[in-house]
Amino acid sequence: MPPATSFTRRRFLSSTGLLVLIASVPGARAAEHSGTLPWKPFAALPPDPLPGGRWYVLTPDEARTVEAIVDRLIPADELSIGGREAGCASFIDRQLAGSYGSSERLYMQGPFTAGLPTQGYQGAETPTGRYRDGLAALNKHTRATLGGKAFFELAAAEQDQVLKDFEAGKVDYKPAAGFFNLVLQNTMEGFFADPIYGGNKDMAGWKFIGFPGARYDYRDYITAHNKPFPLPPLSIAGRPEWKTGDK
Amino acid sequence: MARKLPRKDVVIVGLGWTGSILAHELTDAGLDVVAIERGPWRDTATDFNVAYAPDELRYAVRKDLFLQPAQEAMTMRNSTAQTALPMRDYGSFLPGTGVGGAGTHWNGHTWRFFPSDFALKTHLTGRYGEERLSGLQIQDWGVSYDELESAFDRFEYLCGISGKAGNLNGTIQQGGNPFEGPRKREYPLPPMQMTYAPTLFAEAARSRGLHPFPTPSANLSGAYVNPLGIAMGQCTACGFCERFGCANYSKASAHTTILPVLMRKSNFEARTECEVLKIKLAADGKTASGVTYTDVNGATFEQPADLVLLNAYSLFNVRLMLLSGIGKPYDPSSGEGVVGRNYCYQTNASAQVFFEGRSMNPFIAAGALGQTVDDYNGDSFDHGALNFVGGAGINCIPTNGRPIQYRPVPPGTPRWGSAWKKATKQYYNNTLAFSSQGSSYATRGNYLDLDPTYKDRFGRPLLRVTFDFPDNDIRMSNWVSDRMKEIADAFGGKQVVVGRQQKGWSSVPYQSTHNTGGAIMGTDPKTSAVNRHLQSWDVPNVFVVGACAFPQNAGKNPTGPVGALAYWAADSIRNHYLKNPGKLVEA
Amino acid sequence: MKKAALLAGLAAAAIVGTNGFASDLFDRIDAGRYNAVLADCAACHTRPGGKPFAGGAPLQTPFGALVPANITPDPETGIGSWSYADFRNALKTGIGKDGKRLYPAMPYPAYATMADADVADLWAYFQKVEPVSNRVVSNQLPFPFSIRAAMIGWNLLNFSPKEFQPDPAKPAEWNRGAYLVNGPAHCGTCHTPKNLTGADKSGEFLRGGNLQNWYAPNLTSDPHKGLGNWSGDDIVAYLKTGSNRFDIASGPMAEAIRHSTSLWNDADLKAVATYLKDVKGSDAAAPQPIAATEPAMTAGKAIYLDRCSACHVSTGTGEASLFPTLAKAPVVNGTDPTSLIRVVLQGSQAAGTPAKPTTPAMPSFGWNLSDADVANVLTYVRNSWGNAAPPVTAGQVKDLRVALTR
Repeated sequence: MPPATSFTRRRFLSSTGLLVLIASVPGARAAEHSGTLPWKPFAALPPDPLPGGRWYVLTPDEARTVEAIVDRLIPADELSIGGREAGCASFIDRQLAGSYGSSERLYMQGPFTAGLPTQGYQGAETPTGRYRDGLAALNKHTRATLGGKAFFELAAAEQDQVLKDFEAGKVDYKPAAGFFNLVLQNTMEGFFADPIYGGNKDMAGWKFIGFPGARYDYRDYITAHNKPFPLPPLSIAGRPEWKTGDK
Repeated sequence: MARKLPRKDVVIVGLGWTGSILAHELTDAGLDVVAIERGPWRDTATDFNVAYAPDELRYAVRKDLFLQPAQEAMTMRNSTAQTALPMRDYGSFLPGTGVGGAGTHWNGHTWRFFPSDFALKTHLTGRYGEERLSGLQIQDWGVSYDELESAFDRFEYLCGISGKAGNLNGTIQQGGNPFEGPRKREYPLPPMQMTYAPTLFAEAARSRGLHPFPTPSANLSGAYVNPLGIAMGQCTACGFCERFGCANYSKASAHTTILPVLMRKSNFEARTECEVLKIKLAADGKTASGVTYTDVNGATFEQPADLVLLNAYSLFNVRLMLLSGIGKPYDPSSGEGVVGRNYCYQTNASAQVFFEGRSMNPFIAAGALGQTVDDYNGDSFDHGALNFVGGAGINCIPTNGRPIQYRPVPPGTPRWGSAWKKATKQYYNNTLAFSSQGSSYATRGNYLDLDPTYKDRFGRPLLRVTFDFPDNDIRMSNWVSDRMKEIADAFGGKQVVVGRQQKGWSSVPYQSTHNTGGAIMGTDPKTSAVNRHLQSWDVPNVFVVGACAFPQNAGKNPTGPVGALAYWAADSIRNHYLKNPGKLVEA
Repeated sequence: MKKAALLAGLAAAAIVGTNGFASDLFDRIDAGRYNAVLADCAACHTRPGGKPFAGGAPLQTPFGALVPANITPDPETGIGSWSYADFRNALKTGIGKDGKRLYPAMPYPAYATMADADVADLWAYFQKVEPVSNRVVSNQLPFPFSIRAAMIGWNLLNFSPKEFQPDPAKPAEWNRGAYLVNGPAHCGTCHTPKNLTGADKSGEFLRGGNLQNWYAPNLTSDPHKGLGNWSGDDIVAYLKTGSNRFDIASGPMAEAIRHSTSLWNDADLKAVATYLKDVKGSDAAAPQPIAATEPAMTAGKAIYLDRCSACHVSTGTGEASLFPTLAKAPVVNGTDPTSLIRVVLQGSQAAGTPAKPTTPAMPSFGWNLSDADVANVLTYVRNSWGNAAPPVTAGQVKDLRVALTR
């Protein structure tokens, strides 16, 4: 890979609060631009997802629970693979391990006060903390009400009912509905985001609805009204047709 | 202790659309200009690389190009009876940051407001009587459409706006917007080629006797070279406009229209990742001596300047005025004071038509590629028998098919599981959506001030937004929703769903980044913060440029008038202020 | 008016002591200044951001690094102690003051053809440039190339100094163009292929060369690899503004346009165009394009549609002044794909001039495309829409990637 020195500091800035930046990059200097349009060879700020193949934030039990949930939210059927196979749980784990999971970009100063629905989420808990608490509450709930079983040990129909109860806030866990909405939102993100982030395996989510992905030129198709779009989906990482298959 | 830097003629706060225009105009006039921008430098090839620009998660969902609340948040409430709490994540609107500002990731709808919008109080009072405006705090702009015509024209030609004139020098043009004010010449480029949904919409609207026309678009219909000699390309309808930078130089922004020329000038300098803390006033309190700002290390600087231009986003212009003590803060209980007054927004509603067996291909799209109907906008229609003033443009502008956020299903569909999957697959390619974008009129209780509790990372109070949709605007929007239902029914779809705006503005779902007012222009220093030249009444070497100057908001996107106001202010400075620095209008 | 312009020019070049010149000296200095622009002396002898002519950034040659000298009139570190004869000798024979041999990275083989009057004007100009004390160690070559005396042999083999002789059978404009191209503008330094000793390959004048990991394309009238499809006006527009209806300059040519050709007078640009249109290319027939069904071509097409067409258009036409046309482009059909590989890997900022200020940039794909991907997409580009050129290999991409990121 080309040297990344020209963009690391900006990358950092875009994903963190300034206070952190000041503390950790003592040599950083504000940029002055005059006389030319700045540009550097190899300058790029490509996405930098964590590699898969391991869990970063979720414990093995939490990971099994999330895998079970995403597979009920997006069940495998004749339309597509399910959320588990698509990598939604791994996607969520990797998101939690980044700036999203720790609310680095959000306003997290107190005082924290319960607000009105119009004022949005006012908790001090980060997404990572909400997963930790919510998953524990979920298993506590199923163990207490469904024969001592963890969520992932339940049959699919039982799991669906538990999820519906959480969605409706009909369980003995106050943040249940908020937690459910968070997981649902993140699961959909994982199923439909670019596969480089660990979900949407082989662009399965895009193929499922017919979204052609990260394409940038539809000029040849703008006036082809009401005709199916003919090209396969494209990821930031490319698509299988890029390869000649002889290596 | 702030380090004092060498004096400049002009310091510009914020290098977005208006900052770039003012910097270009004033450096042309020979002035030494520095722009201070709190976000990073941005460059098309580096920051909007065609291979990763179309990344919905990164840019649309995680909002990589936007101002992050950790850097600056604001608080909100619906009325003074509530306690404002911080918007810990931006939702209802998404302010920009960085060079190019929100003009980097806008959709590109580029309007002129109607002539009646600029003299709204005079116009509506004359037509319907004063009684009709009760409960509203409507005002005239202090500048007329005719005075701004050439400024609109310059912004449109700067951008290469693609559209069809509806009124050329008073003659109504077939295929354009018959309700628009007279323009001196055609748009610089013809309209974009239409995708399927807007084509259907135009047919349906025409069948109702309405007058659809192509939305004026800063996504270019063809190659263009603007008056500065800067070339732009043809929009490729990739469907990654709003929330994204444009990778192929086909969406007008400061990057694609001004910066290549501006950055070449020896009398211009941009300082990025530097945040202005306040405008420094001289001891008399009536003159700005410059600004203080902090760089990325936390080092503080004082930049003296003869002229201070506030070109940040509208809300941040207002906050800087409040933090710096420029102009009297507005008090809703007495109705006195000017800074924070007449904060307005946008009153929107949506309509959906669900089909079967179609290929709508929603991903073939651009931010401003579509059709608009203005028959129910502003005062295009007679409000005589109606119980509201104002109106809404009805727009069929399918901007994208990005699937994390765009998965239309009829109401009642489960949000997950097998039934959700079936409906999602069925309707992704079978839904046509259009929407109303309505005027937002000022009331005494909607305003901006500094929050008493919450602070930013420098310990400065956050801006507090107190807003709810006025009753007048709700009545207006719901009436327009009824008209949208009539249009939607004309499609012959399987199911029609029309939304209705309600009281209780929420900061959570995205609605519009068209925040206006707070530092409004006018003819009376008791009811406006800046005069008709956008010059502060109280500190005449401060000009405040942006949608914060709108006395109220129209049923149209604000960037066109914002660009026009930038040229208008530049002309005022060049032709009047520089010749005789001081108050351009005596109070 | 002329004096005002001259004074502006003097100020720009930081010349001191401008009071009290006789007007003919003004004219000579002005002519010298223009000759320095024609010869683009600043390109090598001014470091980016450095003082004018006080020594340049190191030039990477196949033999090692050479640092362009300080040519300001500083007596200690520049040419302040030189006589006119020293100056003329250095320029026209490659032998500097005290017999020190210059390396032909300094294009004295081209400057040797310059008229003495032009050299004298240059001398008048350089004497008035602001002296800057900056000691430059020019020779950073490894042994044995570090032995300057080796240039004696090189010159015997490759250099026969001869002032330009106009061709009486050709019009004056053609002759002026020939003088500029062969002499001060030294186009062949980049655009003529070199032999193993680094000298021009005989009989291949302006047929494309490789320098510092850029390929300078064929400028002959060859319709396939050269400028055969460009009109004289196209050539003038390119040199004057950095772009024309086909192409937009990039890399070192963008610099040459910015610092040199965009500042030429129109008559000289037209003269160069007239001459270039008359430079014969190779008689070899254009090669046959690689079949569209080849795996490299189908893979390359997919990559092209996904990564390139949003700017360069699915038919390779590009967009005037913004995105170069790839169809039938000299640099695309050239035998050597170095520049193509390079801009795909690292991106490229195009030329920006007052007339064409856009300065668009191509994004870097080095992070996104593998060596095989780059090879395939370029093989597709080089063999589509009328183009035909040898395939690009993953090995070529790999080598250049290593060289550029070292």
